[in-house]
Amino acid sequence: MSVSPWRFKLVTRANPSRALVLLAPVLAVALALVFGALMILALGKSPLQAFDVYFAQPLADPFSLAEIVVKASPLVMIALGLAFCYRANLWNIGAEGQFVIGGTLGGGIAVATHGMTHMTFWILPTMLVVGMVGGALYALIPAVLKVTLGVSEILVSLMLVYVAQLNLDYLVRGPWRDPKGFNFPVTAGFDTAATLPPLWPGGAVHSGVAITVLLVIIMAVVLARTRFGFAVRTAGLAPRAAGFAGFEHRRLTLALFALSGGLAGLAGVVEVSGVINQLQPSISPGYGFAAIIVAFLGRLSPVGILVAGLVLALTYIGGEAAQIAMKLPLDLTTAFQGVVLMCVLAADVLTHYRLTIARRAS
Amino acid sequence: MSSVFFQAVAATIIASSIPLILAAIGELVAERSGMLNLGVEGMMLMGAVCGFIGAYFSGSTLIGALCGVAAGMAMAALYGLLTIGFAVNQVAAGLALTIFGQGLSGLVGAHFVGLKRDGAPHLHLPWLSDLPYIGHMLFGEDGFAYVAVGLVAGVAWFLRYSRAGLDLRAVGDNPASAHALGMPVGGIRLKAVLFGGACAGLSGAYLTLAYTPFWSPGLSAGRGWIALALVVFASWKPWRVVLGALLFGGATILQLQAQALGIRLPSQMLSALPYVVTILALILLNLRRNRGSLTPAALGLPFVADT
Amino acid sequence: MTNLSRRNLLTGAASLGLGASIIGTASAATKLKAAFVYVGPVGDFGYSYQHDQGRLEMQKALGDKVETSFLESVPEAGSEQTFAQLARSGHDLIFGTSFGYMDPMVKVSKQYPKVKFEHATGYKRTPNLSTYSAKFHEGRYVIGQIAGKMTKNNTIGYIAAFPIPEVVSGINAFMLGAQSVNPGIKLKIIWANVWFDPGKEADAAKVLLSQGCDIICQHTDSAAPLQVVEKAGKHGFGQSSDMARFAPKAILTSIVDHWGGYYIKRTQAVLDGTWKSTDTWGGMDLDMVRMAPFTNMPDNVKAMAVATSAAIKADKLNPFHGPIVKQDGTIAAKAGDVVADKDILSMNWYVKGIDDKLPS
Repeated sequence: MSVSPWRFKLVTRANPSRALVLLAPVLAVALALVFGALMILALGKSPLQAFDVYFAQPLADPFSLAEIVVKASPLVMIALGLAFCYRANLWNIGAEGQFVIGGTLGGGIAVATHGMTHMTFWILPTMLVVGMVGGALYALIPAVLKVTLGVSEILVSLMLVYVAQLNLDYLVRGPWRDPKGFNFPVTAGFDTAATLPPLWPGGAVHSGVAITVLLVIIMAVVLARTRFGFAVRTAGLAPRAAGFAGFEHRRLTLALFALSGGLAGLAGVVEVSGVINQLQPSISPGYGFAAIIVAFLGRLSPVGILVAGLVLALTYIGGEAAQIAMKLPLDLTTAFQGVVLMCVLAADVLTHYRLTIARRAS
Repeated sequence: MSSVFFQAVAATIIASSIPLILAAIGELVAERSGMLNLGVEGMMLMGAVCGFIGAYFSGSTLIGALCGVAAGMAMAALYGLLTIGFAVNQVAAGLALTIFGQGLSGLVGAHFVGLKRDGAPHLHLPWLSDLPYIGHMLFGEDGFAYVAVGLVAGVAWFLRYSRAGLDLRAVGDNPASAHALGMPVGGIRLKAVLFGGACAGLSGAYLTLAYTPFWSPGLSAGRGWIALALVVFASWKPWRVVLGALLFGGATILQLQAQALGIRLPSQMLSALPYVVTILALILLNLRRNRGSLTPAALGLPFVADT
Repeated sequence: MTNLSRRNLLTGAASLGLGASIIGTASAATKLKAAFVYVGPVGDFGYSYQHDQGRLEMQKALGDKVETSFLESVPEAGSEQTFAQLARSGHDLIFGTSFGYMDPMVKVSKQYPKVKFEHATGYKRTPNLSTYSAKFHEGRYVIGQIAGKMTKNNTIGYIAAFPIPEVVSGINAFMLGAQSVNPGIKLKIIWANVWFDPGKEADAAKVLLSQGCDIICQHTDSAAPLQVVEKAGKHGFGQSSDMARFAPKAILTSIVDHWGGYYIKRTQAVLDGTWKSTDTWGGMDLDMVRMAPFTNMPDNVKAMAVATSAAIKADKLNPFHGPIVKQDGTIAAKAGDVVADKDILSMNWYVKGIDDKLPS
């Protein structure tokens, strides 16, 4: 390898190039399309048609757009909280578990109040609050263990994902099972009072999406304009500076885990209340893990996360469309999704570094 | 209960721990150099499918295992290109690698679903395997078990005593100083990542060649993630990887044993046992010792030399 | 160098995948469009694989008149959007093959009244949503009898996925079959809490062997337990598909899900304009449950298995015929009676003799 007379080197840019901030994603997509086209050609299909089905058609179709928005909503909501954690170098990778706990506890209220006809106005708000608090408390387990005993939050938060899933599994197969459900593992369907209404009457988009958009704005302001936001931004780079802002690292750890767990829990209860409308053994197709990549794709900034969440949702919807319309195997769309992500990440380097090529001194 | 029973239980625990040990010891080396590679699951799946294909065509478990190693290394090279070459965020690159590996392994293996080959033969070590009580338990395994133990011993020695190991740790703790001292930070990290990929690939190959000798998409079923957690459990110390894997594998097997014995607890509670036990064990270990773990100081941080 | 190997990796993999696209050809405008939604990968060689075999059988039988496509590994949570997307993109007939798709399919079927829906293993129907399932427990009764005859120490291991009625009724039918030839039989049950995790399934089989079981029965999807049993020189049964190739010496038979006949019938009904919303619960009589060849057993056991299968197929033998006593001592069916279909479909109790507890 070292026989090459040329040397490639990355040099940090003082200021990220504005032109490249825009150009990099374009370059990334172009690169991904080249790799994708090779794979699709090898399967004997037309890449142009595939890309049309995968990217263009979903974006041109209002129904698919609604689907993308509904899929992106939990990803964005979870990733918003995770981004705050990751900026402070706190590794909460158990958002999937916090999502499940939020959905379980919030959904539990819907199960308990099933059939109530009077005074039901409080049910939905309570579900949302309980889901959020439940997710926050669940995330505080790894946080408390970290600040008191120095136990790694990576391990605890990940292991607790499996515990949360098995807990929900137990509840819907046992105590919470729908008595009229022929002993199948689902709870009774939620009443209207426990269901998030659509954003507009008859619409396909539930009002949880509005909460997500609102949260993007709030989190962007918090991050940019508040002392807490300053502490978060500096905690990862210079922990002591964060201390000067009045946030000692332990308190910050607890606060950020509670925040990210709370948002994951809220996403969970919004999902069961707005989309699934009942509890079942599995309420997440892996949103909590996918949100990690959304957080980084969005460069840990709230607005970036919104865009990244929509992009990832598009690859899911487009992938399904490609399976149906082109009979491309799911594995191809999954591999292609990986390629897209890697290209986007790799292209990002151009905005932060300058690639220099120099002749190697002999 | 007879000693035959206990030997069988121990052998089952060991067998279920081997894939975790193999993947975790490789990841440990990568992480000690500062590289947090969350792509273990993807590398394992590629190792699993390529290992199966290699063994299927060659008829040799050894060649299959080498194919698995090569596939894991190829995946790791991709990760190295992104993180070391392009300074991409390690967590994101690793997750993308896992997604890519899940899809690619399914594509590559589509033709090999439903095919089978015989499992790797047990290596019978004369005299040792015939020892009473512990003979079958410790020396009745297939070759992968010995490789796993050998790798752990080798890594432990390497990190502690060898010059290269010292360099690797320096790169993981303070890449800027290491660079200033003239160490090739990128090169050392790439080698560590490739070693991690090789081990993950071997772990995958163990699944399709010895543990459950067939290929099916997604058959690693999350073991790559458990391996990642075990590195943390081990506080980045090689022998504690073995301890953690045996603990996790042991809890898994014991809950199955308890179910088969007719213990009337909800099976979900028993299934959660390995995860809870691992957390509790880590808490206990942290209570007992205050010496802190060997967390590499620069874990997960990209390094770009500006000079 | 790394760049080069990456490109090789991709193209190499893609060319290997070339043969993998076994599916479909171009469509004509007038063809009936049928879509299948699977919960697992078609490569699981178990449940979803068998549904896809049914799709292929139907495609072959009906040829140019129908165009089929499928979606694999579709999570149950959020599947409503998937079904809606299929309905609005011009599909005439949509099969959903997992219980968890039930409520999403009910909702979508109301939104798209012109599209025909078929849901496997559920119980909710609408004017354009049918349900279908197979009497898997009939096969379980047959293998229970075989196990009862073949066991040397009367201890049989059973690896079960989840406590849903299909699995519970399977355990009961297995036990009733075993008891019919061997009253002293003992069953050790492990709930794996997964449908598919080869490693965990293999571990469960090893554990059951270590506790003295000499026959292992599974209601999970992978062939891993059979391979363990083969290596240990014991016996086992295949699940969903004929798994003989994985354990040629150990396998006694497999319970094979056969959906092709049903898919042909229902698709033909749509073509003929005679499709109606209905519930189909077929067993060996409708050829929805098949027994793979009986192997590795003495001739008299084989003859018994053949006779039992024939009796069930001819509707002369119901696995749940009385007298049946529940675990708690109450009577489930008196002599001469049978357990009603609706009670089998929602079964949440064990027959006497099973030492395990169901979640409640």
